[in-house]
Amino acid sequence: MLDFAVVLEPDNLKLYGEGLLTTVKLLVISLACGLAASVPLAVLRVSSNRLASLPVWGFTYVIRGTPMLLQLYLIYYGLSQFALVRESAAWALLSDAWFCAMLALAINTCAYTTEMLAGALRATSHGEIEAARSMGMNRFTLYRRVLLPSALRRSLPAYSNEVVMMLHATSLASTVTLLDITGAADRLYSTYYMPFEPFIAAALFYLALTWLIVRLFRRFERRYLAYLAPRTH
Amino acid sequence: MKKITLLAALVASGLAHAADPIRIGVDATYEPFAYKSADGKLVGFDIDMANALCAQMKAKCVFVEQEWKGIIPALNAKKYDAIVSSMSITEERKKAVDFTSKYYHTPSRLIARAGSVSGTPDSLKGKRVGVLKASTQEKYALKYYQPAGATVVPYNSTQQAYLDMAAGRLDATVADSVEGSTGFLKKPEGKGYAFVGPVLKDEAIFGHGAGIAVRKGDDALRNNFNKAIVDVRKNGTYKKVNDKYFAFDAYGE
Repeated sequence: MLDFAVVLEPDNLKLYGEGLLTTVKLLVISLACGLAASVPLAVLRVSSNRLASLPVWGFTYVIRGTPMLLQLYLIYYGLSQFALVRESAAWALLSDAWFCAMLALAINTCAYTTEMLAGALRATSHGEIEAARSMGMNRFTLYRRVLLPSALRRSLPAYSNEVVMMLHATSLASTVTLLDITGAADRLYSTYYMPFEPFIAAALFYLALTWLIVRLFRRFERRYLAYLAPRTH
Repeated sequence: MKKITLLAALVASGLAHAADPIRIGVDATYEPFAYKSADGKLVGFDIDMANALCAQMKAKCVFVEQEWKGIIPALNAKKYDAIVSSMSITEERKKAVDFTSKYYHTPSRLIARAGSVSGTPDSLKGKRVGVLKASTQEKYALKYYQPAGATVVPYNSTQQAYLDMAAGRLDATVADSVEGSTGFLKKPEGKGYAFVGPVLKDEAIFGHGAGIAVRKGDDALRNNFNKAIVDVRKNGTYKKVNDKYFAFDAYGE
């Protein structure tokens, strides 16, 4: 028998509310940082200069090749073992569970988004590039006016997927003491020994957030990918 | 041929069923009660005591490891038959499981850097207090320290809380006095830390000592454990296990 009365108690709803806020904050900030860093990295990644592309390849390979939980543990519990780190100026940030979770999430989304954008950059049609060259654009202008806007637009559908995956990845924050949606469910689970109701409630929150994200991106795609849509008249 | 093999398999499984071992759930991150030795073996007071009780009941026991916060739900999901993992007998847990009588009783205390706080709830205002998720210590901290302005920080194991104490992310932690002493204070990382304030008292939260939890209504197993606890107290086996770990009688009065 499922009994959701416990979940609906004001105190517990408040716990979920705080969890929701934590989740959204983690998601938005890490996505913003990750995306901002991934644009220049993607440009380096497609560079014909190996000195520029190889380090970026190494970064995305390592981050995409290891589980995020492991990265988070290394950042949060691992680094704190070294007195050198604890005495450094960076400790002010690294001692904070918030910062560690955000760092791990941002690094992750940055690596995936970099590869995604690099793929879109490589897939730019040669005609567009030739046209830009024939207009006399230098490389910087070419990237700014043609390559990047086009690649960013074409990455939108894949990026919406990335955002949804990141939403789910934020649940790892509960393993480093943060009380996100999963953390809130965890607390109720361990307080009332009910395995189903608290997690089903958490799942509903995630589903609602996913629905919002998907709606938002559909709107973006309609606006920014209109030029690729089949003609309707 | 196939039919014969199937029949043999059925008979074999039937026999195996007759001698089903008692599966015991344990969270092996709780030194000196239940933890892993350097070579990865389950060791500790809980483990030795469970083995002694099983020997007394002439039963075969196997241990199943489980993270603390899910230890009661997993019992009720029949992942194992009993919990011998330093679980305090509390009214709240009694709603979910049945308990044997206690097999030991040690109090909880506050651990902090020596001289940093007095240990009263007010002295923890603005401080970060680490606790094990789903523990009696978490309940205590949420009831007394959080209203006084402390931040209660939940961990999946006490070991993680001790790591964060040593790293300086926590100002204090609430722990079982014996586990906190062996698991942290006596280790190199625990240097400079000490128990602060008196032994924590709240019977509604801490209950009456640690008991063995079984599924609700599993009276046969509960009674067998109860009888075995009385027997090992009498025949000296308890004292033998106790003295291996403690200089005092962990059974309490």
